[in-house]
This record gives sequence, structure tokens and C-alpha cells, in this order.
Amino acid sequence: MTRKELFEKLNAVFRDVFDDEEITVNEETTSKDIDGWDSLEHINLIMAIEDEFGISFNIGEVTTMKNVGAMADKILDKIK
Amino acid sequence: MEILEYPFDGCRIIAKKRQIKKELMNCDVNWLKKRIAILGGSTTDDVKQILELFLLDNGIMPEFYESEYNQYYEEAMFPNDELKKFAPDIIYLHTTHKNISVFPALTDSAEKIENMLGEEEAKFTAMWDHLAEEYKCPVIQNNFDYPSYRILGNMEAYDVHGKINYINRLNSFFGKYAAGHDNFYIQDIQYLQSECGMDIWYDPAEWYLYKYAVSLRAIPVLAYDLANIVKAVYGKNKKALVLDLDNTLWGGIVGDDGAENLEMGPESAAGEAFGAFQNYLKELKGTGIILNVDSKNEEENALAGLKHRDCVLSPDDFISIKANWEPKSKNFIDIANELNIMPDSMVFVDDNPAEREIVKRQIAGVRAPDMLCPEKYIEMIDRGGFFEVTSLSEDDMHRNEMYKANARREKIKASFENYDDYLRSLDMTAVIDHFEPVYFQRIAQLTNKSNQFNLTTKRYSSADIEKITDSHDYITMYGKLQDKFGDNGVVSLVVGKRENDTLHIILWLMSCRVLKRKMEFAMMDSLVKKARAAGVRKIVGYYLPTAKNKMVREFYRQQGFSMESCDDTGKSVWSCRLDGQYRAKNDVINVKEAI
Repeated sequence: MTRKELFEKLNAVFRDVFDDEEITVNEETTSKDIDGWDSLEHINLIMAIEDEFGISFNIGEVTTMKNVGAMADKILDKIK
Repeated sequence: MEILEYPFDGCRIIAKKRQIKKELMNCDVNWLKKRIAILGGSTTDDVKQILELFLLDNGIMPEFYESEYNQYYEEAMFPNDELKKFAPDIIYLHTTHKNISVFPALTDSAEKIENMLGEEEAKFTAMWDHLAEEYKCPVIQNNFDYPSYRILGNMEAYDVHGKINYINRLNSFFGKYAAGHDNFYIQDIQYLQSECGMDIWYDPAEWYLYKYAVSLRAIPVLAYDLANIVKAVYGKNKKALVLDLDNTLWGGIVGDDGAENLEMGPESAAGEAFGAFQNYLKELKGTGIILNVDSKNEEENALAGLKHRDCVLSPDDFISIKANWEPKSKNFIDIANELNIMPDSMVFVDDNPAEREIVKRQIAGVRAPDMLCPEKYIEMIDRGGFFEVTSLSEDDMHRNEMYKANARREKIKASFENYDDYLRSLDMTAVIDHFEPVYFQRIAQLTNKSNQFNLTTKRYSSADIEKITDSHDYITMYGKLQDKFGDNGVVSLVVGKRENDTLHIILWLMSCRVLKRKMEFAMMDSLVKKARAAGVRKIVGYYLPTAKNKMVREFYRQQGFSMESCDDTGKSVWSCRLDGQYRAKNDVINVKEAI
């Protein structure tokens, strides 16, 4: 999967979880950029991403991903 | 909504919860609004959000109160103005094994462990008693799940030091408390944990990160199950099954293969699966679920199949058997009419997806689960959440007999030319009395279940019923009706509120099981008698229209009341002066009044 394809899939997950068709995430997107992305929703987002890509993150990963770009790195790592 | 029906994909529900909620809120539904307090021992945010979806899907619009994180005990036990103001209709206590105060240590004596257990039990008992006293509403407490490791391995199950052993003992105590207390329900998460599998039920990362004691993936299972209890408490259970025959109750086509060649019973694996499904249905019938047949068949063939020596169900187990070549949706409606219940309170069971689709399309609100394959039939009905049992009354267990008796009445009706002669031939006796504690539960159940013959559709909990019964401002009446074919139990309720010399009828309902028996006239005669004795000079009645109660639009006119007003919504107000205007109308029921 190319990084571009990955971002398309990620975007769809974000739109589902935050129910907002306007969302477009990029490498630098963080929780501050998206309405409703608080700590409680974060877990929903993580689960939806795990489900979408058939992967799972460990605690260390969940707590260190600082933006969507870092998230993409981890996902690409896991689905290699 | 299909995404919320069993077997659902929990991850998808969570990912799309906002969109699902939006869609559900846009439905044109006469919402039943309920205030639900969740007092949790762990994070409950998603429990609340997913529970909301399942409730909305069943016509219940919840408003929530959520305790602070892990403050369930403090918020339940100590003065809590906010919760008091919220006035919950239901309290859900969500605790898990993480909330057990202390577990036995390997060095503890049996006696010490006994005391430990006693203290834990006392803590919960005090909380439940206090909630019942303070909030007078149903309480749902889930029992304990198992931890994900076993220090003592299998010995955990039987050694007093084992956590598994300790939890089993606590759960057994929870069960005993529930068995002895009305309005208190156990949600069995120990079962749900088994259903999900331990490793799905609990995710250590989610516990450490967010303090979710039940994993996000399992929360939809928890919430779905909880919604089933809430639905049942508010009388939203289904009442009947409408079953296809060929390849649903047995393998093969009775018309083509002949009854003797059908697959059911121990001769083959598939036959055993059909037999097990029939056994399951027979057990369901024992809880008061009404079984019916809707099959494209010659009736003679259908009966031959049901009389097969290995057929667990016999024709006698069904109330209505429709075996003909009419569209199944037509038979379905006819069955609902015969039973006097709403079509959407019956579940359609058919192996053929095309038939299911037609029935679902033709009749609004009917559920018709995807039956997959014979070995999955039981699962598809059982997990469908149609028939959650929250109390098992005498009435429930004898419901089938009552409907059978109704069928016999219908039969003799045909032999009378004059309807009143027929009614007299039934030898009906009614007992009409003010509300009594033994019937509180049945009374509350009726107010929550009756939709059609219900003038104001006011819902009461058993605690509400107790309150109005004790108050001098109200006149309450229940009516029981029996005849030579059987006892129908409590079938009609009236609540009047006094205001000087006027009595306002705020509740008038009757079970459709006794329609057209003139019971409503016997009830009014008694009410008038009682009202007169209490110095009432005028009775005022109200009709509040809903989607389901059109049959009683003219009720007060038939009772001899005059219409005072009627607005655009169809709401009407009626009155009757007791000095002269009222004439007694019942001349077919022998009434025993304790009033």
C-alpha cells in the first residue's frame, strides 16, 4: 500500500468516526485540528483504525503517536 | 436498523456511532423518554453512547446521568442532589471484578475469607437497598466477570483462595438478592464474557490507557444486552413467533416429500438440528411466547407434518395455524388480528430470504432474523433479544392457555345468532377492586404493554403504582375477568384523580385479550358507583391519540359521555354528570365488587 492510498483509507476512518465529510487529514494533523477529537474519542479512533487495517497498537505506540503522519508510519510498519 | 441487529459488527457500530445516532434521531417515532443513570466503577462513556443507539433503535429515547469515574458507590450511597434532581427511571450499576474491594490472599483462613465475602456482600446490599429506598426505580446491577489470569490454575474454581471461586460465590449472592427483590435485575456479564471470549472481553491496554474494564470491542455486546433488559422492563418485548414449516421446523417439503420422509428427530444430523430448534421453541412457549404457523402448504399436509412421530411440536402447541397459498404477509396480519396484538409484536421466522423480505417490507416494524442454517436457528432467535425475561408471572406461563381458550370462545360464538346470548353463555365473572400489592407488578406491566385499548397511554413503574394506591387523591380500580373457558387474570385498569367533586380519568386501559366482552362497561358501572359513594358529581375522560389507539377514539361516546372539546391533534375531552346522565350498561358479566 502506498502512503497516498493509506491516507485515503485513514481519511475515510476519520470521517466515519467524527461523522464529518469535510475532514481531510495530512501528515501534520493532530487532535487540535479536529472537532471532537478528545481523549475519549481517541480510543474509538484507535479501535476503528485497528479494525480497518487488521492491526493492533500497544500502549507505547498509542501514547507516542504525535500526529497522523506518525500514525501512518506505524500502520505501514505493521502491514508490511 | 440493520447495523444494530444481531449478529452485529461491534467495531462498525463504534466507528459509525455518530452517523447511526443522527439517522435514528431523524426517525418519526413516538419516543418513549427515559432517564437512565449509569453509576460505574470504570469508564462508562462508550457504554452510554452505544446503549443509546440500541435504545433509540427500539423507540426509547434515553437521557443520561453518568457518575464520575469510579464513584458509583459514593454517588449511590451519599446525598446526591444532582442525581435526585435527575430523578432516574432506571439506575444501571456497572461494576466489574476490578471493583471487588479485596480478594483472598493465599495465607487467609477460610474464616477470614468468609468475613471478607460477608463485607463485600454487605457493601452491595446496603447500596441496593439505599437506591431502592431513595430513588424508587428499577435497578440493574451487572454481576462480576472473571479476571484474565489464574494464579492457582484450575484450582481457582474450587479452592476458597481462588479468585474464580470467590467471584462465583459473590455472583451467587447477587442472584439470591435479585430473586428476593422486585425491581432489581442482574445483568449477567459473566455469560457475556463467555459469549465474547475472555480475550475479546478484556483488553489490558484499554484498561491501563482509558480505564475501560470491558474492552471497546465488547461494549456493543454489553450495551445490546443491557438494552434488552431496559426494553423488557418497559414492555417492549415481542409476544409471538410466526413460523414457516418446510425447512424451518423440519427438513424437506412436506407437500413434495411426504410427512414420513421429513428430516426431524434423531435419524440424521440435520434432523437433530431441527429437533433441537423445535425443543427450543417449546421451551419459549413455556415462558408465554405464542407460537403460530404461516406456511405455503395444503393445511392437511401441514398438519400431517406436525403429527409426525418425531415432531416435538404438535398442532396443539400453536394458537393459529395458517397453511394455505395466500401471501405470507396476509396470513401474518390475519394472525395478529386473531390474537388481537400488534403485527410488530410478532417475529417472523422463515428460512427463505425472499419471504422474509416481503413480510418486512409489507408490515412496518416486523423483525425477521436472517436464519442462516438449521444449526444456527436457535442462536438467531435467542440472541435476537426479542424475548428477554425480566419477570416470570403466572400470567406469562399460562398465556398460551388463555389464547387457546379464546380460540374455543370464537368457535362457539358462531353458534349464537345474538351476540349478547353468546356473551351470557360464557358465564363471565369479574372481580373489580382497588389496586392491591399482589397485583402491583402486573398492573405496571399492563400500563407499559397496552397500546391499543388505552385512552391516555400513561406508563407507570411498580413504584408509581404503589404511590397512587396509597394516595387519597386517586381512585384506582383493576378488573379481573374469568369465564367458563378460563381465567384471564387482571385485564383492565382505571386511575381517576379527584379534584373537588370532579374525577379526572387519567388512565383507562384494557387488555385486547378481552375485547368485545363488555368488560369496559362493567368497569365503568363500578367506577360510577365508587365515584358516587365518594361524593363525585362529574367524571371527565380524556382521549390522547397515538399511532396505536384509534380503536378507543369513540370510547367515551359509547359510555354515554358528552364531548366537551376536541383539538387539531385529535385529543378530546369528555364528561358525564353523575346526577342522572349515567345509565348502567353491563348486563352480561356477573360482577363481584369488593369496593
